[in-house]
Amino acid sequence: MADNSVTPELQKDIYYHMALARALDDRMWILNRQGRAPVVYSSNGHEAAQVGSAFALNRGEDWIVPYYRDLALVLAYGMTPREIMLHLLGKADDPNSGGRQMPAHWGLKRRHILTTGSVVATQDIHAAGLALASKILKDGRVSVAYFGEGSTSQGEFHEALNFAAVHKLPVIFFNENNGYAISVPARKQMAVMDVAARASGYGMPGVIVDGNDPLKVYEVTRQARERALAGEGPTLIEAKTYRFVPHSSDDDDRAYRSREEVAEWKKRDPLTTFEKYVLENQILSADEHAAMQKKIKETVNDATDFAEKAALPDPSTLELHVYH
Amino acid sequence: MAVMTYLEAIRETLRQELRRDNRIIIYGEDVGVRGGVFRVTEGLQAEFGEERVIDSPLAEAAIIGTAIGAAVNGLRPVPEIQFADFIFPAINQIVQEAARIRYRSNGDFGVPLVIRAPFGGGVHGALYHSQSVEAFFAHVPGLKVVIPATPYDAKGLLASAIQDEDPVLYFEHKAAYRSLKGEVPDERYLIPIGKADLKREGKDLSIITYGLMVSYAQRAAETLDKEGISVEILDLRTIRPLDVEAILDTAKKTGRVLVVHEDNLTGGIGGEVSALIAEHALFYLDAPIMRLAGPDVPAMPYSPPLEHAFMVTPDKIAEAARKLAKF
Ligand SMILES: Cc1ncc(C[n+]2csc(CCOP(=O)(O)OP(=O)(O)O)c2C)c(N)n1
Ligand SMILES: [Mg+2]
Repeated sequence: MADNSVTPELQKDIYYHMALARALDDRMWILNRQGRAPVVYSSNGHEAAQVGSAFALNRGEDWIVPYYRDLALVLAYGMTPREIMLHLLGKADDPNSGGRQMPAHWGLKRRHILTTGSVVATQDIHAAGLALASKILKDGRVSVAYFGEGSTSQGEFHEALNFAAVHKLPVIFFNENNGYAISVPARKQMAVMDVAARASGYGMPGVIVDGNDPLKVYEVTRQARERALAGEGPTLIEAKTYRFVPHSSDDDDRAYRSREEVAEWKKRDPLTTFEKYVLENQILSADEHAAMQKKIKETVNDATDFAEKAALPDPSTLELHVYH
Repeated sequence: MAVMTYLEAIRETLRQELRRDNRIIIYGEDVGVRGGVFRVTEGLQAEFGEERVIDSPLAEAAIIGTAIGAAVNGLRPVPEIQFADFIFPAINQIVQEAARIRYRSNGDFGVPLVIRAPFGGGVHGALYHSQSVEAFFAHVPGLKVVIPATPYDAKGLLASAIQDEDPVLYFEHKAAYRSLKGEVPDERYLIPIGKADLKREGKDLSIITYGLMVSYAQRAAETLDKEGISVEILDLRTIRPLDVEAILDTAKKTGRVLVVHEDNLTGGIGGEVSALIAEHALFYLDAPIMRLAGPDVPAMPYSPPLEHAFMVTPDKIAEAARKLAKF
């Protein structure tokens, strides 16, 4: 684990959000298998990268532009478990989209989470645009785009990096590299080993970090944010990680990766590793840990019950909000 | 002759074509090892190798742009766009390049290219996995747009598209993949692009449609038959070029026309079909032309009540047809 300046309180908070995200995620799969949620996209395995980076930001003030993988991120950024479950079940009060978007298509104005579609890499340019405004308005905000390594094959990713670097925008490009784009391994996506290697071609630092260590991720994100605020421009961060579950509930990952490979990564599960760390270092006592587990269980139950009882959108709302 | 799903008909045609002509290559996102997210290309990489069935980087502009280059240089690329909704990063290559290359080179260059893409909704796909994008492309001279309605047509039209010397967009409705079954001959056959198919003869009114909506219209027609309304159904099969003659023939015959598509109303193919009838067969009509289409909202929502409100269904078709018959 990183030698770090983060307080024990902060570490507890990071652990709590990682564990809560995993518990929510697990529940979503159960709901899916029971036929109560048609589609699930997971952050399972990515929690350290997402939560570690979120806590290094001015949460709710800095802009984040997530993608469908980012359940743990939006949770750490202030979306409530009830809101997350309302979204999963397409309920009228889903604050992301009123039930319009597919699950895991985040957006929450109140917390400065920009609404996002499914078309990969579009969000990278939006983050640069948010940062362009911040630079001109001097609002002190940093913007962060989150994206998978597969999406870095898109032209829009490259255009975003170039634009942001030319204009020294206060933006962070945060890559969650899990080695696969659905079934396609990273080596068929790019001829270089690291996404971070792209950065030098655009004139910005490219930083590789162990994406399964939340404290290391926290630290590199904090530095990138400082750089952005100092007017030194964007940073590309590559968090190396792994997703432990299929791409979505419609996927079957046995077709393209071995069980041995998954098991090997599972040994470095960010949640169990960090749990061990906080317990061994007495950041969290056994009693506190047990109380936290209980709270998480109750929170997940509450969110599920709340969302299941909530109303579906009225069909008469279909044509609302096409224009102002 | 075997009974096949719509999806199997497409897969078996791809297999037959790959065997027939080694200039054909298939590529796209997840089409190789995984056999595509819908399994359309399952088993093809195992049979034809990684050079002919290629897992490409996640970049639609590059997929179509390289296919154009490869087509000009002697191959017959059949790239897949994983969902029609994700064709837009490639629209520059399709519209500005593929569609215009023959014209701008005064006939010197051509782009024999087939772009396959699953489209359409009603499958919990929400905004970005449900779109009907055909009208964007049907607007563009230089492109052909094919949308088969049955497993039989899926085969014959795909073989024709692959043989065509010009760029063809071949759209496959996701909800048709496993729900539609039918007999498909083993041997290769061609269904001409630009020829509509009279799916059902009737005398009171004509439903003109394409793709999955053909089978929805057939269900509606059976219901209406019991009510004493005789429905004719014209399956366009190709929405560019349109089979003008077949459209006018059915309009003149029944004098009442209902055009149906899942794509949203404004600027959809229904407008073009209606205009053709208004221009060339107005005095044969006994009622104003009627259109039934998806609503003019940006895309299909996820939540079941909203998705249902969006979708064109056999019930909605029957309801519209009743009104038209009574006019
Ligand atoms: C432009 C576009 N093309 C295709 C897709 C379909 N698709 C959704 S996710 C995905 C793989 C993305 O992989 P990666 O960027 O590595 O993110 P990960 O899911 O691994 O976190 C694909 C091909 C899409 N959403 N957008
Ligand atoms: Mg990935």
